[in-house]
Amino acid sequence: MPETATPERELTFAQAVREALAEELRRDECVCIFGEDVAEAGTPFKVLSGLVEEFGSDRVIDTPISEAGFTGIGVGAAMTGLRPVVDIMFGDFLTLTMDQMVNQAAKAHYMSGGHWKVPMVMRTTLGATRRSAAQHSQSLHAWFSHVPGLKVVLPSTPYDAKGLLKTAVRDDNPVVFFEDKMMYKLKGPVPQEDYTIPFGVADVKRAGSDITLVATSSMVQVALGAAVLLEKEGISAEVVDPRTTWPLDEKTIVDSVKKTSRAIVLDEGYGRYGATAEIAAVIAEGAFYDLDAPVKRMGAMHVPIPFSPPLEDVTVPTDEGVVAAAREMCRK
Amino acid sequence: MTTAASNPEIGRESSTEKEKWLRAYRQMVRIRLFEEQVNELYTRALMPGLAHLYSGQEAVAVGICEALRRDDYITSTHRGHGHCLAKGASPDRMFAELLGKEAGYCRGKGGSMHIADPATGNLGANAIVGGSVGIATGAAFASKRLKNGRVAICFFGEGALGQGSLYEVMNLAELWKLPVIYVCENNLYNEYTHFSETTAGTILGRALAFGMEAVAIDGQDVRRVHDVAARLVERARAGNGPAFLQADTYRYSGHHVGDINREYYRSRQEEQFWKKERDPIQLHANWLIAQGHADSAALEKMTVEARTEIEGAVKFAVAAPYPSVDHVDEDVYA
Repeated sequence: MPETATPERELTFAQAVREALAEELRRDECVCIFGEDVAEAGTPFKVLSGLVEEFGSDRVIDTPISEAGFTGIGVGAAMTGLRPVVDIMFGDFLTLTMDQMVNQAAKAHYMSGGHWKVPMVMRTTLGATRRSAAQHSQSLHAWFSHVPGLKVVLPSTPYDAKGLLKTAVRDDNPVVFFEDKMMYKLKGPVPQEDYTIPFGVADVKRAGSDITLVATSSMVQVALGAAVLLEKEGISAEVVDPRTTWPLDEKTIVDSVKKTSRAIVLDEGYGRYGATAEIAAVIAEGAFYDLDAPVKRMGAMHVPIPFSPPLEDVTVPTDEGVVAAAREMCRK
Repeated sequence: MTTAASNPEIGRESSTEKEKWLRAYRQMVRIRLFEEQVNELYTRALMPGLAHLYSGQEAVAVGICEALRRDDYITSTHRGHGHCLAKGASPDRMFAELLGKEAGYCRGKGGSMHIADPATGNLGANAIVGGSVGIATGAAFASKRLKNGRVAICFFGEGALGQGSLYEVMNLAELWKLPVIYVCENNLYNEYTHFSETTAGTILGRALAFGMEAVAIDGQDVRRVHDVAARLVERARAGNGPAFLQADTYRYSGHHVGDINREYYRSRQEEQFWKKERDPIQLHANWLIAQGHADSAALEKMTVEARTEIEGAVKFAVAAPYPSVDHVDEDVYA
């Protein structure tokens, strides 16, 4: 946080994203945004409202509904002098961009022996419980975390969103930036000043001593809610937010678990072969002899996200579910 | 806007017609001899991986690249050695890359299907069919935004006509009037399948549907390729938008070097016809002699010189060291 004593200002998560982009567009002429309905519409979530008015339609550019096409254009433009921020409206549509991201963006630097760089950001969304059914609700960040050459960012607060997004725009690598669409209205303190948050540095969102809750993106709020409930039961939970799944701050996670000796890993991606599995393995490799209980993983249920509200709600970890699991693990 | 004429790096505008066409001949011969050596290296098991030869298609790469500035961009394909050489890459570093050596263009990390070279505007060969259409279009997008006057050439085979992303970026290129030329090298075969079995409608019809300038040419005629390319490139450079160029050509070898028994998809008579009647190097040699630009002794001298260069490049690459294994995880991230 900056040392200047400005009064604490609150922004929503969406406003923090917009402010980060506006500042980067102002700072560097090479930054541009393109995607579906990013200009006058400001995206369906209104995250980008006002940017086209300030920066013009040469820099905030509406595209046709052609995710593979405009993602590929982003890769080529990034290789040749621009810093595109490509907008993929729903994370589910990432499937349409996979060749461009996995075979082109991620590999261009390595395959060329370090000659070409791809300084591109792909902004997209994740998260269920919006009653949007199976093709508008998935959290697919684990797929990108699997691929060498990509960086994957999962902000969980307005403060982190602004600082991490500015780092993403300035990074010389392809960065996939996931925003929880249920979090856009979440408010929190965000400095007006220019600041960045480095990748690969986890943030301890709450200190505790009995159990570590490693949580990403949307699940950070769930973990913090659970920690409040657990405190009432006399269980002290530490909440660790990795903020980036790659690079991954293994040390902060392992150090926390060594201290608490128990861990639950929470992530809204599918549990099977997911981010939770990777982080649980990091804990097993780094803190096995300090564990008093097996590491518990909690992710999205292994079903396509259903539409019907009572069905959808049980597919995602909740505060109560985390409390029940933590209570069970902390019982001697 | 910078033009080719005002760019001292090029100097091609001042060369005479005779010099231009002699250079085109030399470039085609260099590519042919390069590919003969690739075949040799592969057959002698000195070259790892896969080799897709460009022999037979030389007039396309040379005709087009001779119309470009050094800082113009190209994207290439798995059959990309010809594009790479025509754009100005050096055979020694290319062979080194093909053999996985540290001295290669990609320090041995890319290989035959991924040669890239910023110094000659080569954004990279691509082993995904149609995989570079977005990159080429994106480079054109950046050129337009940065007003640097560069044009992007997107080389692909007719097999890429089956990829949807091609049509996504063609739509965008025409909408945004981007300086990109889509060059469809129709060598008749999508790997082992005749293109008529995979391609409904016409090739040009695809571009015309977007309102895009579209031309089909004989890809064995280097002068025709060059003249049309020069017009389309200058048109794009002047801000008048993209174009689509269909170059009809022929792949002399199999899909890759090991594709020996080809009778099930094409006849020996067909191959012989193209090699004897439609060879781009022979056709151009005949024309140079008929015009009085060269005699057969002069052409033979050029061939000998090119052979010396290419054989020297092979020797360099064979003798060059492999990269240290310590470099394996370098350059994953910038």
